Amino acid sequence: MELFEQALKGSSRAIAKLITLVENRGEGADEVMEKIYPHTGRAYITGFTGPSGSGKSTLVDKVTLKLCEQGFTVGIIAIDPSSPFTGGALLGDRLRMRNVDTQEKVFIRSLSTRGCLGGLSKATCNITRILDACGKDFILIETVGAGQDEVEIMSIADTSIVVLMPGMGDEIQTIKAGVMEIGDIFVVNKSDWEGAERTVQMIQMMFDLKQSENKWVSPVIKTIATEDAGTSEVVEKLLSHREYLSQSGKFLERRRERIKAEIKKMVEERISAQVKSLIEEHTSFNLMVEEVVLRKKDLYACVRELTVPLKKLR
Amino acid sequence: MAEEKRIRVLVAKPGLDGHDRGAKVIVRALRDAGMEVIYTGLRQTPEQIINAVVQEDVDALLLSILSGAHNYIFPRIMEGLKEKGVNDILVVGGGVIPNEDIPALKAIGISEIFGPGTTTQTIIDYIKGNLVKRA
Repeated sequence: MELFEQALKGSSRAIAKLITLVENRGEGADEVMEKIYPHTGRAYITGFTGPSGSGKSTLVDKVTLKLCEQGFTVGIIAIDPSSPFTGGALLGDRLRMRNVDTQEKVFIRSLSTRGCLGGLSKATCNITRILDACGKDFILIETVGAGQDEVEIMSIADTSIVVLMPGMGDEIQTIKAGVMEIGDIFVVNKSDWEGAERTVQMIQMMFDLKQSENKWVSPVIKTIATEDAGTSEVVEKLLSHREYLSQSGKFLERRRERIKAEIKKMVEERISAQVKSLIEEHTSFNLMVEEVVLRKKDLYACVRELTVPLKKLR
Repeated sequence: MAEEKRIRVLVAKPGLDGHDRGAKVIVRALRDAGMEVIYTGLRQTPEQIINAVVQEDVDALLLSILSGAHNYIFPRIMEGLKEKGVNDILVVGGGVIPNEDIPALKAIGISEIFGPGTTTQTIIDYIKGNLVKRA
């Protein structure tokens, strides 16, 4: 597998083509992922989430530059939403990463969610593994940034950074479940805007209200990413968090939980696909549907009938 | 269990040309036609564009330029792509490019030039119909 060997050696073109193969689930994609797996586990994965317009891309650009200055290599995955009507997407995060888009140590890939909800694309995890295997020290994932329930990043990232901006809504917003619960580090960007200090305070108050068994207290950092202000502190806290996770044993614990969840999800997906085809191939399926619609047959009786032969799968 | 393959396109504005309304119209039209469009923004160096083409593994590159520097910049980009081993993508140009310059640009590998007044549908159809078969 020539492409694979070249990618491992660091060829950007080969890495890019592998990513395309895996994203499109093309022929040989599963084999590639199997070959890649033993080479993974070294990279440190950081997620950047938060609402649209909060400055995630600009922040990622500055953070990446600082990581490069410290000698690290970085992979960036920038995700934007696909149109639910046309399936197309405008991938515009790369646009803001001008400081690092020609750095040798940096590989940037833009992805469309391709219909997935939760902030990531289905292939994100696999693409992260490719960049990991090909030697990137840090992988920064920038999520779509649409809403409160964008917590999927937690299932991939070692550190989750939530990027907010001033004036985003009243106090109640910060207590709502979801994105505000997953932050290991909070950033209030555009902190030269009015209301920045109040936003910082609201976030900090949320931690007072929350029962915390954690020894890590999520810091709240003010930044002006376009002016590169406060961004050194973000990098410092990122490295601190990495240190904390490693020393406390939580790093392995979190990875264990994530692998558990991933295995279950993948097995579930494959079985689910088999079950769907079995149901549709059932000779009387269409007849059963008609009977249920006309109330000649009860829905639950129909489901029971269909489940009996499927039990034989076990 | 193959996923649906999407056409990935890079729309780039090389050089110092600061007018991107046209490019943005194209970007939106291509997205509405179901493509995944990476827009690099203004004032891109050939190096930035080539890097983006390689990393994003695009099927097509659209170069938009209104400053008149196409005869200088386009060949540099095509050279750079060749150096990186990229010889299997569709490259087209648009903007303000005089007719007499077109043959030379086609000779270096730019498949088509779309001047002012071209409809977005023409460009969409051209891209869909002329993608290079890639391994």
